[in-house]
Amino acid sequence: MDNKTVELLEILEKNGRIPIETLAKMLDLKVEEIERKIKTLEEKNIILSYSAVVDWSKAIEDEKVTAVIDVKVTPKRGVGFNEVAERIYRFPEVKAVYLMSGTYDLSVHIEGKTMAQIARFVAEKLSTIDSVISTTTHFMLKKYKHDGVIFEPKKEDKRIVVSP
Amino acid sequence: MKTSTMKRSYLSETAKKLKPSGIRKFFDLASQMEGVISLGVGEPDFVTPWHVCEASLDSLERGYTGYTSNAGLLELRTEIVKYLQGKFNLTYDAEDEVIVTVGASQAIDVALRAILDSGDEVLVVEPCFVAYSASVSLAGGVPVAVPTSAESEFKLLPEQLEQKITEKTKAIILCFPNNPTGTTMSEQELDNVADIVKKHDLLVLTDEIYAELSYNEEHVSIARFNGMKERTIYISGFSKAFAMTGWRLGYAAGPAEIIQAMLKIHQYTIMCAPTMAQYGALEALKTGMDDVNEMVKSYRQRRNFLVKSFQEIGLDCHLPGGAFYVFPSIKKTGLTSEQFAERLLHEEKVAVVPGNVFGEGGEGHIRCSYATSLSELQEAMNRIGRFTRKYAV
Ligand SMILES: Cc1ncc(COP(=O)(O)O)c(C=O)c1O
Repeated sequence: MDNKTVELLEILEKNGRIPIETLAKMLDLKVEEIERKIKTLEEKNIILSYSAVVDWSKAIEDEKVTAVIDVKVTPKRGVGFNEVAERIYRFPEVKAVYLMSGTYDLSVHIEGKTMAQIARFVAEKLSTIDSVISTTTHFMLKKYKHDGVIFEPKKEDKRIVVSP
Repeated sequence: MKTSTMKRSYLSETAKKLKPSGIRKFFDLASQMEGVISLGVGEPDFVTPWHVCEASLDSLERGYTGYTSNAGLLELRTEIVKYLQGKFNLTYDAEDEVIVTVGASQAIDVALRAILDSGDEVLVVEPCFVAYSASVSLAGGVPVAVPTSAESEFKLLPEQLEQKITEKTKAIILCFPNNPTGTTMSEQELDNVADIVKKHDLLVLTDEIYAELSYNEEHVSIARFNGMKERTIYISGFSKAFAMTGWRLGYAAGPAEIIQAMLKIHQYTIMCAPTMAQYGALEALKTGMDDVNEMVKSYRQRRNFLVKSFQEIGLDCHLPGGAFYVFPSIKKTGLTSEQFAERLLHEEKVAVVPGNVFGEGGEGHIRCSYATSLSELQEAMNRIGRFTRKYAV
């Protein structure tokens, strides 16, 4: 992949809303070239989606509850961890699933409306899967930084307005 | 009624004659207004990389709160030498050819005081950083402007230089990449300047504080050419590349005789650069290059954006090779640079610096810093576009 395409991805990863015209100026390319590049990146599933990082604690009264669950599983012959991971990630409340090294195998991130809802998910859906040996649930108390974004940034520009 | 017993002014003639910086005046104007988007700042919008701050905090915790040696921590000087060698192919001895100063600003001051006798002329390539001429005067010298022009993208042409050389010329101050024009000089262009310098037996003060912020080609230092090291004082600092303006840390490197003379002055006037800042700088040189590269990438994108946007609204603007300024011409508006900047501030709340404050050749231009977030730059360009349409551009 050429340098400018990588640079384009880096910019979009930080801010997916920059207008095409601005991107074209920044990267010294024509508007049509940027459009073509973005289209190709989307078609190749390199850009998977565009989304906003939202601080829900500011948007709604009763915030969502997020939990990280450490899951130990017995891998299955032939398919290893993939099969059980797939069974887990298909649940809509599951936001992320990672295969981990160390004391447990899968890290499952889920989001629910209430703690009870998450408890029910763990008890009824997750633990009952055949290859799941054990689960340890951690509730997230506060988000300081998520996806590289600091949640309460000190945005104030401390510089004087005109300087040498 | 109080009667004054003062019969005379206590100010020195030098202090009285010193002109206030045009930047200061503009600062006073802009800082009284609310909601201003400032393209007037000559410092990075990034904060100092956290690991650099951390190293400085750590030095305090470990109790390094006393003076360092006058020339600066040997460890830091050694790291500076390694850096200059690795990056720009310049060879210095950390023991006696480098001193750590309070910003590049102090390095310029001591360098001039170390080399000038009363009446010595120093060539100042304009438009340039506002402190050069004043520092020459303060050191007893006479600043002589060498104007460059937009037609040659503010590069220094050997003819322009040679015209201004007299019997009394002792030194020349160079700054590439340049503040305010962003102009850089190629290897060949610098070599031509070096030839003139050698022919007339001059000294060079080269302020390369923006060297890391070079976007098109590798930065070349004039100190690198044959026969130039012995007649060059290389000046740089941490302010721009590492986003450390408030740390007040810079350095000078050059022939031992000159550096040792500078050290005498430095030792009597400053003792040494701040210790905690020196520890931060050490960390910056050792592990900060990734941070620099990230910032440079972002500056390059913004430079491209700004230059293209100026061209789109119809103002002539060359593509500068370095620093974080663009220097578009505003001649088409029929306004002077000062009028342009003042009206733009009042009518659209965008602060830029009028080019005339940087000396001859700056008139007809404005300095716009792109050390500001992209969203601010976008909004600033909308406003500038609206403004210039009123003036029939
Ligand atoms: C060309 C140039 N030299 C030197 C300085 C001052 O640098 P320092 O912060 O290291 O004193 C500046 C700051 O704007 C500058 O633009």
